[in-house]
Amino acid sequence: MNAPVLSVTSLVKKFGHFTAVDDVSFELMPGASLGIVGESGSGKTTTARILAGLEQPTSGTVTLDGRAVEGHSRRTRLWQARRLQMIFQDPYGSFDPRQTIAQSIAEPMRLHVPGSAKEHRARVGELLDQVGLSSRAGESLPRDLSGGQRQRAAIARALGIAPRVLVLDEAVAALDVSIQAQILTLLDELRGDTGISYVFVSHDLAVVRYITDTAIVMRHGRIVERGETEQILRSPQHPYTRLLLDSIPSPDWDLDRVAQDRRALDLP
Amino acid sequence: MTLTIPALRARSARRRRRRPLIVSLAVAFLVLIAVTGLLAPVLAPHSPDATSLLNSLLPPGTEGYWLGTDSTGRDVLSRIMYGARLSLLAPLGVVLLSGVLGITIGLLAARAGGWADAVISRGMDIVFAFPSLLLAMLVVAVFGPGLTAPICALAVSYTPFVGRVVRSVALQEGARPYMESYRVMGFGELWVTLRHLLPNVMPVLIAQSALAFGYALVDLASLSYLGLGVRPPDADWGSMISQARSAILQGEPWSGLLPGLVVLLTVVSVNVLGEHLGGSIGRKQSEGV
Repeated sequence: MNAPVLSVTSLVKKFGHFTAVDDVSFELMPGASLGIVGESGSGKTTTARILAGLEQPTSGTVTLDGRAVEGHSRRTRLWQARRLQMIFQDPYGSFDPRQTIAQSIAEPMRLHVPGSAKEHRARVGELLDQVGLSSRAGESLPRDLSGGQRQRAAIARALGIAPRVLVLDEAVAALDVSIQAQILTLLDELRGDTGISYVFVSHDLAVVRYITDTAIVMRHGRIVERGETEQILRSPQHPYTRLLLDSIPSPDWDLDRVAQDRRALDLP
Repeated sequence: MTLTIPALRARSARRRRRRPLIVSLAVAFLVLIAVTGLLAPVLAPHSPDATSLLNSLLPPGTEGYWLGTDSTGRDVLSRIMYGARLSLLAPLGVVLLSGVLGITIGLLAARAGGWADAVISRGMDIVFAFPSLLLAMLVVAVFGPGLTAPICALAVSYTPFVGRVVRSVALQEGARPYMESYRVMGFGELWVTLRHLLPNVMPVLIAQSALAFGYALVDLASLSYLGLGVRPPDADWGSMISQARSAILQGEPWSGLLPGLVVLLTVVSVNVLGEHLGGSIGRKQSEGV
């Protein structure tokens, strides 16, 4: 019963001579939430895209639900999609502008969930309700909804497939802070209700602290620190993690210390 | 939570629907032409082929022959009405054919990318550089006169005109995040292209096709004028102008000027409509974020 739902072993992704992801390994238990933290260019988004099947790893394996994801065939992709879904950063662009929200949510269901159109419609209603959207919002086009509403809709669409893992790539970064809190609360509730697991990719340590149990810190494609999120944030071991923490604007923000951290990091 | 206030939305929808007078006039004219062509047997005062040498080259305004007669005494109004059929259907055929070809090639280039895109794009450049009338004349020279050959030739030479636009819009649209989200959901490339990319390319395609229609009409009229298109005694506007040549030289230009005027107005109307469609699509897209 205690098998990881997702495990990544020695993942490497090279774009030409540039190594975006370098020997990354981690495991995710059912119902757990893992944060991937790092600055832009640290390889965290590439890792997420490999998990979602949008990029093929140069080497290393992704094991999902006890089975290694191999190749890029249609069957593999369907199998993968049914178990792992992804929420993108941009809630404006992640819907077909011509379809209503309800249509967009129903479409992947027709591919993955057996049932009649009527059953799917009923399920769409449930999902909208679950993510806190009115049925009126379901009849709207994406452009008529706010960013927060669209991100809720994106979550509903992913949940419609009933995946075991949800990869959220900077999923709240484009939202207002008050809306961020709402979405994070929603995600927390959903995890409690459904037992879904999260891989939460973010540069925002406050967000990661709220939504994840464990975290890995990435830099230049490598994992530099891992452990309990609280533990990492309270007493960071790696100088890079300390730099990230000290870079958060706060009342006693000390730019000299940030510069000092940066210098310490660049020394071998 | 509810951002959409119905009254606000209705007002903006009304504002969007209000179109400039010139566009309304263009649409009205096109509808008029289409209806006269469709109902020519009912509306036309004379048979389009009935010659009457006694009544040849009557000026416009003559009793019973409102737009006058041509050099063989055929009623110009009736011939313009009947001519509308071929003159509108043939360009429509060109637009439909080049639309299908252009969509296929444009989408293929945009989605395949890499060397396939390069080959298709350069191929389109070559066809684009080749004068459409010259190609049509070559094809007629090979297959003989008649409408089918020129329609096919023009369709081929207009394909890049459509295909280029489809390709560029498809590239732009295909880079938007929702395309990737469908891939993550396990949808195949073909499904995403046909179900989500094509409908979003369609508005631009329609605007472009309206412009192509205008060009095709002129090209086909030119072919008919050169005697390479419609064969007598069938009427189309181009052949009417062609047959009026001697009359024009005799100082009786009406039987040629009037069909020419109809060609001009039709092409202008179609272009106005095309520009309007293209413009309002641009507006809508910028509104839609």
